[in-house]
Amino acid sequence: MTNPEPRPVLQVRNISKKLGGKQILQGVSFELRKRELKVLIGPSGGGKSTLLQCINFLIPPDEGEIFLKGQEIHIHRKRDLYAYRQKVGMIFQDFNLFDHLNALDNVSIALRKVKKMTKTAARDRAVVELERVGIGDKAELYPSQLSGGQKQRVSIARALAMDPEVMLLDEPTSALDPELIGEVLTVIRNLAQDGMTMIMATHQIGFIRALADEILFMQEGKIIEQGTPFDLLMPGKNSRTQAFCSKLQELSEEPDI
Amino acid sequence: MEWDFIVKELIPALNRGVANTFLLIIPSASIGLCVGVLVGTVRTFGHPLLKRIGDGYAALFRGTPLVIQLFVLYFGLPNLGIYLEPYVAAVVGFILCTGAYQSEYVRGALLSIRRGQMLATQALGFSTFQSLVWIIVPQALRRALPGCGNEIIYLIKYSSLAYIITFIELTGEGKILATRHFRFTEVFLSIGIYYLIMVTAADFGLKKLEKKLYIPGFGRG
Repeated sequence: MTNPEPRPVLQVRNISKKLGGKQILQGVSFELRKRELKVLIGPSGGGKSTLLQCINFLIPPDEGEIFLKGQEIHIHRKRDLYAYRQKVGMIFQDFNLFDHLNALDNVSIALRKVKKMTKTAARDRAVVELERVGIGDKAELYPSQLSGGQKQRVSIARALAMDPEVMLLDEPTSALDPELIGEVLTVIRNLAQDGMTMIMATHQIGFIRALADEILFMQEGKIIEQGTPFDLLMPGKNSRTQAFCSKLQELSEEPDI
Repeated sequence: MEWDFIVKELIPALNRGVANTFLLIIPSASIGLCVGVLVGTVRTFGHPLLKRIGDGYAALFRGTPLVIQLFVLYFGLPNLGIYLEPYVAAVVGFILCTGAYQSEYVRGALLSIRRGQMLATQALGFSTFQSLVWIIVPQALRRALPGCGNEIIYLIKYSSLAYIITFIELTGEGKILATRHFRFTEVFLSIGIYYLIMVTAADFGLKKLEKKLYIPGFGRG
């Protein structure tokens, strides 16, 4: 665990969202300090994914404010919004690699088209990021030629190439076969150790125990418990989180990381 | 003798005609495809007002016979003081008609692109325009290609309607000759062969293009 700085990088205040007549988020607030890793857990349908997508306005929140380094983000100022999203990396459960581009171009295209880097500079950077996630040798392969774990690592490289201030990870391993989860978690663990600021929805308890600075337990659109893994997961704590996690652990043998 | 007619009259006339057919098809097919991509994209992702205009355009040009469209352009517009050359009227008519059909193929392909592709571009800071240009449309075009190629093949054949508004292309040249010499069978059979060759060549080119744009595993996931 790392030493967080006092000033929050990301502040999420009072986010509410109604979708299809159902209140998905009810006034969710939290802060992320530099180098912090916070983890969202809780039953599915609890609003974790919606919350993450609200943070970079892929789903516009109905209410609430979001601040990056003290600057409030306004969804209607398109230019600011696009600049903000470049600084907030997003990892999706189902990868969402660009199907018509090979791994290298998947990583470099935003550098070229959004950051307006030259072709060679973008390429060089993409190679560095692919190597960082351990798939430098797969640069020429297309998404359909990669395994799930490799795809997710390409998507992490793609996000890292943008030099994000914060990363949002939406259950990055839940679409993977069990034997592929480890390689992706290893990459994320390295990021955490390098001091990347992250908020991650995940149910990988071993990972959470080892690396999370704080757990946010979400249910019915609210954070109903929060605290360090030590506070929430120690046997005998009798927390809602503890009960949920023991259930998870009963259901799955998770790979060592 | 038969061969004399075929070699000295029919083939030169049809060659003249086919040159004019090319003059019709090349701009109509290429500009028509661009119109289709643009209109199809606007109809799928555009501002609601633009979307309505695009839908209206497609409904109008898919809903009326091409002959009527050509008549309106060539014989109707002069009533408004707009005089188009037969060639221009034909090309404009073909572009508008084929563009409407192409937009439908493109729209279908755009709708088939998974929503996650758009989300991923947005999350990286692409503007909507950038994600359409660099990610969504290039994928959709690959999916639309068989349909768009089909429309180009149609266009090659319905370009014969230009002769109705006095632009004499392949079918027009043949019809004049057939009437003059009263040799309908030879002439129209030959015209048929000309179209068959053009369509076969176009089909070959389109297949080649499909192969060139092929991406491993794309479109089967």
